[in-house]
Amino acid sequence: MKVAVIQFPGSNCDQDAVWALQLVGLEAELVWHTATSLEGFQGAILPGGFSYGDYLRAGALAKFSPVMQAVRRLAERGNPVVGICNGFQVLTEAGLLPGALLANHTLHFTCKEVFVRVERTNLPFTAGYHQGQVLKIPIAHGEGRYYADAQTLERLEQNHQVVFRYTPNPARSTPASTPRPAARRPGMVWEDGVGESSFNPNGSLHDIAGIVNEQGNVLGMMPHPERAVEGILGSADGLPLFASLKQALEVMA
Amino acid sequence: MEEALHPLLKETGIPLGEYQEIVRLLGREPNRLELYLFKVMWSEHCSYKNSRPLLRLLPRDGPAVLQGPGENAGVVDIGEGWAVAFKIESHNHPSAVEPVQGAATGVGGIIRDIMAMGARPIALLNSLRFGKLEDSPEGDRTRYLVRGVVEGIAHYGNAIGVPTVGGEVYFHPDYQDNPLVNAMCVGLLRVDELKKSRASFSRPVYYVGSKTGRDGIGGAAFASEELSEESESKRPSVQVGDPFMGKLTLEVTLGAIRQDLVEGVQDMGAAGLTSSLSEMAHKSGLGLELNLDWVPRRETGMNSLELMLSESQERMVLVPHPGRETRLEALAARWGLDAVPVATMIAEPVFRIVSEGQVVANVPTSALADSPTYVREGQENPATATLRAMNLSQLPVPQNLEEVLLQLLASPNLCSRAPVFERYDHQVGTNTALIPGKGDAAIVRIKGTNRAIAVKVDANPRYSKLAPRLGAQHALAEAARNVSVVGGRPLAYTDGLNCGNPETPHGYFELSETIHGLAEASRALGLPVVSGNVSLYNEGPSYRIPPTPMVGVVGLLENLEHRAELGFQRAGEFIVLIGNKEGGFGASEYLWVAHHLEAGSPPALDLAHEAKTQAAIRELIERGWVKTAHDVAEGGLAVALAEMCLPYRLGATIEIRNPARPDALLFGEAPSRILFTIDQAKLQMAVKVLESFELPHKILGQVGGDKLTILMPKERLEWSLESLHAVWERTLREVLP
Repeated sequence: MKVAVIQFPGSNCDQDAVWALQLVGLEAELVWHTATSLEGFQGAILPGGFSYGDYLRAGALAKFSPVMQAVRRLAERGNPVVGICNGFQVLTEAGLLPGALLANHTLHFTCKEVFVRVERTNLPFTAGYHQGQVLKIPIAHGEGRYYADAQTLERLEQNHQVVFRYTPNPARSTPASTPRPAARRPGMVWEDGVGESSFNPNGSLHDIAGIVNEQGNVLGMMPHPERAVEGILGSADGLPLFASLKQALEVMA
Repeated sequence: MEEALHPLLKETGIPLGEYQEIVRLLGREPNRLELYLFKVMWSEHCSYKNSRPLLRLLPRDGPAVLQGPGENAGVVDIGEGWAVAFKIESHNHPSAVEPVQGAATGVGGIIRDIMAMGARPIALLNSLRFGKLEDSPEGDRTRYLVRGVVEGIAHYGNAIGVPTVGGEVYFHPDYQDNPLVNAMCVGLLRVDELKKSRASFSRPVYYVGSKTGRDGIGGAAFASEELSEESESKRPSVQVGDPFMGKLTLEVTLGAIRQDLVEGVQDMGAAGLTSSLSEMAHKSGLGLELNLDWVPRRETGMNSLELMLSESQERMVLVPHPGRETRLEALAARWGLDAVPVATMIAEPVFRIVSEGQVVANVPTSALADSPTYVREGQENPATATLRAMNLSQLPVPQNLEEVLLQLLASPNLCSRAPVFERYDHQVGTNTALIPGKGDAAIVRIKGTNRAIAVKVDANPRYSKLAPRLGAQHALAEAARNVSVVGGRPLAYTDGLNCGNPETPHGYFELSETIHGLAEASRALGLPVVSGNVSLYNEGPSYRIPPTPMVGVVGLLENLEHRAELGFQRAGEFIVLIGNKEGGFGASEYLWVAHHLEAGSPPALDLAHEAKTQAAIRELIERGWVKTAHDVAEGGLAVALAEMCLPYRLGATIEIRNPARPDALLFGEAPSRILFTIDQAKLQMAVKVLESFELPHKILGQVGGDKLTILMPKERLEWSLESLHAVWERTLREVLP
């Protein structure tokens, strides 16, 4: 079983994804953005980074790359595809996932530990977690504010397509005890008021950190599970995601 | 003759004496292009003409050193076939004029220096200095600069995928008109893949990367002038950074090295084609013929002078092994980059430039490389001596000591740095074992081994302003102490020496004292310098920056499991202080914050004692007994204790039974002091280790609770961790929301 890690020229978490996959015993191989086929691969990861520089809009150019046609075919066959950070942005740009990732409400890049709650475990990516489990996983992005129109949001919720949701630090009884001055900016309004609390780092609607497609085989998430695979990195909460993927691929094979 | 030459000398700013030297070296008068080659190559930035005689004082050799100063970066051995390359470099003047691009290209430039050694960049650090932060037009300017510089560093470092793992930022009025932006990069390489800036006879020299444009023309020379009103008009001298191109250039360069396609590598940085090619030829003992017609260009109509002086970013010089030219070109094409042979190595040791079939410049490479050097007369500014001699023993003891700690934690120099480092990707690469805010130094592990490096950059401008020699000693001692406190054994350092105008007696005195101080501390601590940078002329008509030796120390952890962070982790552990309880007020942060004074002498530093202190804490960590340790630095014991409470919101109760002034015990500063925590079962063994080192030490109290409580002979001080965190978190968050 082999997982493709798609490498755009500006990818920079590609090697980290390979490392995480190998830690759980999966075979991983970098696939260059000009490749037209993913023959021989059972799954694919679109890693974090700045695909083609992302000066225009994150992922806006990557959707046109040859390899994305191959990723689309792999997804249509029902094989698991994971987009992390920039990979999530690329998947929404390419229409493989609904919605869009807008600039963080703070309007700047943020790298820090956040907490997400697992909302669904009957997926090839989350079978190793339990429902409601809170994970400590870092984020590192400037455009991670999940946005979709009201109907899409409703559909996502009804179909249980929200997989990860930002949540307060369970170790702190009063999570918003030190409100960040940045949380509210003049002229900045969220449709339903969510996103203002300090645990939601970017103003995502419904505190959404990760979603799947209707079929449940394409996952996009802003936090970096590949950065939370060893205690030495501050958390190993991302490791079960890769272990779940391995198990799912073994079942498929 | 002199009359006729005046316009050109005026245009280039070359002093008459240097012009006469150029004529002597050439045996003829230079043409305009040639004169400009000398102008940039003989600038302080490229030639170190004012600092070179002093820099020779610094020890450069050590058992771990594989490459000392003189190449793109220094390299030290870290065992198991691995080495790290590292260097710090300034980008002060560009950042003053255009903070975003100035800082961004500073980061890009230092990354290229590291990859030129054959190393993959694995860590970035930065050392920043700004002016006043209060509510005033000056404060507004500072906030503009802080936001711009942080954005620039984030823009470049985040996108190119090198984690920014550490740094420091300091506010002081003397940087109001002249902020400092120094960037440090560490790269990892296999010892046998170490590359140098060398090329052999008749080899083609390839230009790889971005096309050349008009940006950054004359940047090296700009960096070697004082800032002035006219500096704003130098905006075109600031280069523009493109981290995506930087990433492509990085992958092509490292790919070429890994596939053994190249014999020599050189970064095209300050002074662009001129410096990179002429220096490589000179180091190779050969000459080089450059054909400008082949240089890839972004704009039409660029003349020879513009091409030679352009500092367009993201360009590298690669020299392929014979027969591997095509593979190099194919590798560059895969990443969509230009790779063009623009020059050939020739036997005659000259730098020859050809354009449209004509030789437009022909200069001996040694003449460009060997600028004149200057040894000047230095004299201390008498005002500094007066300030240093001020008697501080009659200072009133503040009524409310609890309030003083809150003031210190809220002060710009001691408050939380999270608003800054949260904007930097500090984890990409998944090697950062101690992220910013968690330890006194950053720890970056080496995958596939149990090893890690610890790295930290430090400089205290208040110390250096009042006593440049002692201040430089403190800078190296503190950076090394911070590395030791996380469990790293310091191996070597890089220095970014930021000073005033060396052509003035006070400026030269400060430069000279700084280097002498560094040299003394280097020898005492056994730490060689392997790379560095000099940024002089940080001076204007109404100001001169404090001498600011930004010292970046790299250390080794042979067993990553044995490391320490700064936050209290386990309730019930005992808190032990190595060193004396009482600190001094001279040049302290407390004196500035609570008494609005900057005076007195920085604390005395016994370097032998310092070395013992560092060895002791390393031993305690290496034995696996100590997991929490913290240097007692600015703000003294109380601030250090508060800082240890905050990461995990775990408090402590401390007892200080000492008749000294309470403010000297709480906030006084002294070197060679470290706090650590230890389990009761190991306490006596730890004390024995400290006794064997003959170090003063005291068990101060215990970890636990949600308050910091300090019991003193006449007072009981107590702070809730919430209140400490609130003031500590706010100050910079208001600048960087």
